[in-house]
Amino acid sequence: MDKIWIYIICMAAVTYLIRVIPLTLIRKPIKNVFLRSFLYYVPYVTLAVMTFPAIVDATGYPLAGLIAFFVAIALAYFGKGLFFVSVSACVTVFVLERIFDIFIK
Amino acid sequence: MTKKQWFAKGAMAGIPISLGYFAVAIALGISAKKAGISVLQASVTSLLINASAGEYAGFTLIAAGATYLEVIFMEAVANARYLLMSTALSQRLEPGTGILKRLLLGFTVTDEIFGVSIGLDGYVSPYFTYGAFVVATCGWTSGTMFGALLGEILPSSVVSALSVGLFGMFISIFIPEAKKNKIVAALVVISFAVSLTFAKLPYISDIPEGIRVIIITVLISVGAALLFPIKEKEESENG
Repeated sequence: MDKIWIYIICMAAVTYLIRVIPLTLIRKPIKNVFLRSFLYYVPYVTLAVMTFPAIVDATGYPLAGLIAFFVAIALAYFGKGLFFVSVSACVTVFVLERIFDIFIK
Repeated sequence: MTKKQWFAKGAMAGIPISLGYFAVAIALGISAKKAGISVLQASVTSLLINASAGEYAGFTLIAAGATYLEVIFMEAVANARYLLMSTALSQRLEPGTGILKRLLLGFTVTDEIFGVSIGLDGYVSPYFTYGAFVVATCGWTSGTMFGALLGEILPSSVVSALSVGLFGMFISIFIPEAKKNKIVAALVVISFAVSLTFAKLPYISDIPEGIRVIIITVLISVGAALLFPIKEKEESENG
């Protein structure tokens, strides 16, 4: 079997277990303060780590990615939703890269 | 309300989520393609997993040729927040809710589906969550397929722009929490700084990106949990 399918099965199994265990086995709230705190911090830290500097390396011009990064942070800070923030980041990169194309090439 | 009415109500709530997912999943499909994953494999992954960060992290690890154990560990870290959300959702189900309904619910917990479900008054009907999930995952899965298919056809200018969409989604999850909680705000800044340092330092930058993410996340989160433990009430409801 293609190795990638095994990766996908591993990913799906772990993700499902994480979601289903609390719904079936842990029907009481987690009491341990360290564990609760760790679980609370993990998502924000991991998303922040995955976002930067990867966003800068994802684009044709790193500067466009960097500016899109700040634009997205500002929009999210002022309460814009997921969809708006995402699309604005994309549009920022697209417009900036066309401008850079004119001036740099 | 009957089961059908709850399902329909959920499906309605799923429409805006589905549209947002479609747009964001295009970027995910492109990253899957870059990692050498086929269109079918990328689509099946999205249908089964429905988790942006988890899928993206998994794809980068697959691209780096990581071991299965590393991928399993990364999924556990990237998706750890669902442990909290499922726990919270479990508290809001009617006490007699059967095991089969709970097993099905396990597929449906994403940030947005959890958000709309937990926003209901009183007990959460599993049928509401199912309805929202079915509509949302259509957008997510088809967006991934679209991205993986078109990633090669689209001009590089469009791919470059779309590739930041996923990061926009991540940013829109952690910034609102950072705004509410100063410790989270500080952790986000520290995460950026450490992540950048690890990406640039000699030797350390040779470690594949996915593994670096795991190491940094565990270090910072353990440190934060030890230094700033949270008491019952401080934790935000929507995780």
